[in-house]
Amino acid sequence: MADTHDQSGTPAGEQMSQQTLIRVIAKMTIPFILVFGCYVILHGELGPGGGFQGGVILAAAFILYGLVFGADELRRRIPPPIIDACMALGALLYAGVGLASVLRGGTFLDYGMLEPDHAGDGEALGMALVEYGVGITVCSVMVTIYLMISERRATVRRGEVR
Amino acid sequence: MDIELPESIRAHLPVLVVLLPLFGGLLAMFTGLVQRGGGVIAWAWSVLITGLMLVCSAAMLQLVHASPEPLVYRLGSWPEAYGIGYSVDALNAYVILVVSIIAFLTTVYAKDSVMAEVANDRHHLFYSVWLLAIAGLIGITVTGDTFNIYVLLEISSLTVYTLVALGGDRDRRALVAALKYLILGSIGATFILLGIGYLLMLTGTLNMGDMHDQLVRMREAGTLANNRTVFVSFAFLMVGLSLKMALFPLHLWLPNAYTYAPSAVSALVAATATKVGVYMTFRFVFTIYGGVYDTSADLQLLALCACLGIVVSSVAAVRQMNVKKVLAYSSVGQIAYIVLGFSLANHTGVTASVIHIFNHAIIKGGMFMAVGAVALRTGGTKIEDFKGIGRQMPVTMAAFTVGGCGLIGVPLTSGFISKWYLVQAAMEEGYWGVAAVVLLGGVLAIVYVWRLIEIIWFGTPDDPNKRVKEAPLSMLVPMWILIGASVYFGIDATWTADSARAAASLLLNGGHG
Amino acid sequence: MESFGYFNYWLAIVIIMIGFYGVIARRNLLKQAISLGLFQTGVFLFYVTMGVYRSPDGTAGVAPIWTDAAKTGPFDNPLPHVLMLTAIVVSVSTLAVAVAIIVNIQRKYGTIEEDEILEADKRDS
Repeated sequence: MADTHDQSGTPAGEQMSQQTLIRVIAKMTIPFILVFGCYVILHGELGPGGGFQGGVILAAAFILYGLVFGADELRRRIPPPIIDACMALGALLYAGVGLASVLRGGTFLDYGMLEPDHAGDGEALGMALVEYGVGITVCSVMVTIYLMISERRATVRRGEVR
Repeated sequence: MDIELPESIRAHLPVLVVLLPLFGGLLAMFTGLVQRGGGVIAWAWSVLITGLMLVCSAAMLQLVHASPEPLVYRLGSWPEAYGIGYSVDALNAYVILVVSIIAFLTTVYAKDSVMAEVANDRHHLFYSVWLLAIAGLIGITVTGDTFNIYVLLEISSLTVYTLVALGGDRDRRALVAALKYLILGSIGATFILLGIGYLLMLTGTLNMGDMHDQLVRMREAGTLANNRTVFVSFAFLMVGLSLKMALFPLHLWLPNAYTYAPSAVSALVAATATKVGVYMTFRFVFTIYGGVYDTSADLQLLALCACLGIVVSSVAAVRQMNVKKVLAYSSVGQIAYIVLGFSLANHTGVTASVIHIFNHAIIKGGMFMAVGAVALRTGGTKIEDFKGIGRQMPVTMAAFTVGGCGLIGVPLTSGFISKWYLVQAAMEEGYWGVAAVVLLGGVLAIVYVWRLIEIIWFGTPDDPNKRVKEAPLSMLVPMWILIGASVYFGIDATWTADSARAAASLLLNGGHG
Repeated sequence: MESFGYFNYWLAIVIIMIGFYGVIARRNLLKQAISLGLFQTGVFLFYVTMGVYRSPDGTAGVAPIWTDAAKTGPFDNPLPHVLMLTAIVVSVSTLAVAVAIIVNIQRKYGTIEEDEILEADKRDS
């Protein structure tokens, strides 16, 4: 659906990317946002934070990139099929952890069975993997929502011109 | 038919029926990487998944009938009071089987219909959402945890809104219908959430069986009489559930949503979504409040709504100019029959409800499939598109006609069995008026079904030179399996009646799982 | 004074009803979606305040975090809070689907005012 990109109107991002200050600041902050997002996800299973919060922070970095450099540039960097796949991948990781514990002889989502000898380790491992899965899914869903809304905006404007 | 499964699988059956479509739905997303839009691969994958699910649910029903206790499955090995416990008894094993049968047959049916009605680059997304919707519906039925019900209800609802909105490729009114459905559906779900909140406040637990035990204990301690929290929770739950199962007068979202959705989606949703809503109502009214809270006044109100619903929706169905809309209004009426059955609160009434869940699912599923086949060949579902179509698509339209007889309740169709039990239940209570309404509903059904049949078989097409082919085999086979089943279970109702009786005894004896 | 003790529930119900009114009374689809969000937020408030614990002698519970205060004294019930974490995600997803549909409606109809959409539908049929 990349053909919906509109030539007559000016996407919000194009104007913004003309401004050096915004471009430089965005390029400087995005890595830090990404690292912070990963930090929040990694500390999620026991401390404050977790997949939902961290995933949204990660997505914020991508969305900032999209806002400054244009949604099409973002779409070029991470193609939508890959984002779609990530959406499913995160959820699969979650469900896969549950399935792994079934295969280990426990019930669904019985993390302790991941390491039958050290139930505590198994629980930590299970919870961490689930948080990563949630983080991946939330991040890609947020980016998808942003991409979808920005894409439609272009086509609506074309409708108005007509 | 005995299904032998290894013990290692049998122990996990309750969770497996949910996991199969859940995993399948997520993996279906990846078929888009193999082929643009997924195409036939996505469809074949979905057929495989729903087929396995059907086998699992059939095996589970056998297992439940063989064992005196409900099957209990504890997620993460937590005790039910703390974690999520799945529990399967005679009632939900039966509903799960109904949903699985419909899910499998509509998936088989969906191939050509989806090709024609959904944009080609989105088939992998369509089947992904489709399987997730099935996972949500099965999940609601299998779980014994009230909050889990809410979450799975939202999973199934959100996916169904999306599926309905996909009809927007063809007809933009689908979008408005989907949004209306979304808003009313979310209000309903939020009311259910509020009701669960009040129950949680009162009992401190989310597990249904546990809630019931706590309420019994409170009643014995004498703290339940005139307890307004119970009253408020029941009121919120009933309003929310009535919205979800489209009970008159809260049915306004249904006709448009069913009409403008893609044909395969109409068949799936009409046959399962509202039935699962009815199942939830059973659980709340009988399993949780059964024997602790005097529901008779509320049930009488439900019976009144149902009686009005039967008459009003049947009259509305007569006046529609779109065949799918006729069927949608008829669905509102049929849901009202189901509600009427259990609101009589006697054994025969509940049996009638449970039987009609199955009978209506197969009849309406088959009829929506027939309409979808016509939509595929003629491109529309307006009355004009059906003029004289019987001579060009005789096999499809024969199925439609037999299904229509089932809606009326002609003897030798399964619709007759449901109505027979329903009238009997009304007589047992001495409600002659209710019995009269059921019969009046049948008469009105004759009017709207006959109107369609006359157009289909005796109408002359607007364009006499227009030739349309018979529907493809992948549509005819599932359609005729459903319609054939509706005739079979109209002649030999032993299986349905026995299962329904077992479920009714379970519900009325305060049984819970 | 007893009913004042329930002021949190009053507040929750007032928010729910404001949202509910908005869903019914607004003719703009986006405003309906926003009202729907408010409606659900009221329920979250209801659940979250439900978890607050106050023992009969008047000591308030502390946050359910593994600290010394929570080890010895009464603490709030964390269960409703956890439930709301899930419900918030559900509500966000609902709004996302709603906005996606509304964006598509805007694309196909050129408006998101309910009256104008109904008129356009009437013209079609």
